[in-house]
Amino acid sequence: MALSIVANPLIDGVADGPAMVLSAPISFWGGVNPTSGLIVQAAHPERGQCIAGRVLCLPELIGSSSSSAVMLELLHAGMAPRALLLASRDAILPLGVIVAEEMGWPTIPVLECDLVGIVNGDGVTVSAGGGVTVERAG
Amino acid sequence: MVLHLTDTERGWLSDQSQPGRAMAMRIAVKAADLMGASELVPISHSHIDGCLYHGDSGVLFCERLAEQGARVSVPASLNVGALDLVHPELIGGNAARRAMARRLMDAHTAMGCLPTWTCAPYQVGHRPALGEQVAWGESNAVAFANSVLGARTNRYGDFLDICLAIVGRAPLSGLHVADNRCARVVVDVSGLSEALRRTDAFYPVLGAWLGRAVGATVAAIVGVPADVGEDDLKALGAGAASTGAVGLFHVVGVTPEAPDLVTALGDTEPVETIVVTAEMIRAARDALDTASGSAQLDCLAFGSPHFSHAEAKALETASAGMIFAVPVYVCTNRETLGRLEDEGVAEILRGRGVTFVVDTCVVVTPILKQQAGVMMTNSAKFAHYGEGNTGYATVFGGLADCVASAAAGRVVRDDSRWR
Repeated sequence: MALSIVANPLIDGVADGPAMVLSAPISFWGGVNPTSGLIVQAAHPERGQCIAGRVLCLPELIGSSSSSAVMLELLHAGMAPRALLLASRDAILPLGVIVAEEMGWPTIPVLECDLVGIVNGDGVTVSAGGGVTVERAG
Repeated sequence: MVLHLTDTERGWLSDQSQPGRAMAMRIAVKAADLMGASELVPISHSHIDGCLYHGDSGVLFCERLAEQGARVSVPASLNVGALDLVHPELIGGNAARRAMARRLMDAHTAMGCLPTWTCAPYQVGHRPALGEQVAWGESNAVAFANSVLGARTNRYGDFLDICLAIVGRAPLSGLHVADNRCARVVVDVSGLSEALRRTDAFYPVLGAWLGRAVGATVAAIVGVPADVGEDDLKALGAGAASTGAVGLFHVVGVTPEAPDLVTALGDTEPVETIVVTAEMIRAARDALDTASGSAQLDCLAFGSPHFSHAEAKALETASAGMIFAVPVYVCTNRETLGRLEDEGVAEILRGRGVTFVVDTCVVVTPILKQQAGVMMTNSAKFAHYGEGNTGYATVFGGLADCVASAAAGRVVRDDSRWR
């Protein structure tokens, strides 16, 4: 059974990969290592996991305005998620993607998306214009 | 919402004679679209957070802007970098990293930014006025500018802050708009003991609690003593902006947009009123300790946000006659350290075991001597980011607890006011 979601593309694009749904708010600055993509935020439930190559689903963002820089560095280092799905509109992370685009570096789609119904490990496909398809593994 | 640009602004987008400004304008316009802004608003000041090295990518971006002739069009103060240019020997890490950090700082000054290198620009002369439209980065500075000064800014991230300073405009949305500045939540701390509310450590803890409780929602806090100090409000904002996306809070009877609760709420009903209990505050304080229960102590860190002159003087007074048994780092800016040098206070504190760090701080760049250990601090922001950024587990305490612990070489805390 595939679930289809109509999301709002903040930065349009296509991507697919396994879902990683964070279960607590995160600040990319201080919370994600910019060269390894590992979550390092103290006491974060997903601490030690890597966001690279995942479709990263973020229920809530917090903290530092330096998170754009971490996003840009992840893109430049090839350690970025495949896509970002944000439960609420945010300008700080997409900005790192906009700057990557200006620099001619690889970018990823960023969508404002209803995350209810997406769980860890789901296969997520993002298509142009904001279409999101979710396939439950197994 | 469709973004309307003036003819001048639209012209900048593709102005071949000013490619740096054109790049900044394209980024500003895309960000404005993301924020749902209908137009751009002229700004009079910017505080730029993008000068802190996070990796080579940001250096390459800022150098591209500078090489293409971009210059800031409004006064622009700079946040901390990753180097202490006055005490370069303090900074560890490899030489390549230090060289890139320096290139990033140089690219910003080349674009005309002021070399203030501080996360507390508001305590060294950059104090926008009530109602002034500005574009600030650095989450604690944003909270202070909006809340304590009544200036208007959103929480701008790296790269957008420099772009907005170049184009002299910000997306008209969020906290730039008067209606969005009204409190939606009331936070009542009046039931807490007077002694607790007059303790320095209460404010960073209240901030840390507030960020978790309200996220980005504007809160009006009632029950704070009317004579609360600026450094307490600074600590409150820094804590709140670390644990939550707090860009603005009101302290009723204290901050400029909250002479009374009705005004703070913009004459509307709050969606929620939270009565803060001593248990809630204690839990928030305990959450700032990642080194639970241990008496081990390897260093102390003060100055996130950068220590003010008054905070340094308070440290001097509180530690009279002591020699610290573990390293004590005081992070501040050049201007404040200069005053402390002139007054002989810096020398006195160094004699007790203080190391001054300027232009940067111990949590954003490698300064601490070990890979891991226990750091005690009176800053909720240091406590929140300390372990992730430095490997040091954290213990939170007020100034008096920190000083007593530094002298004893182990964690010593007086819990009497928190019960």
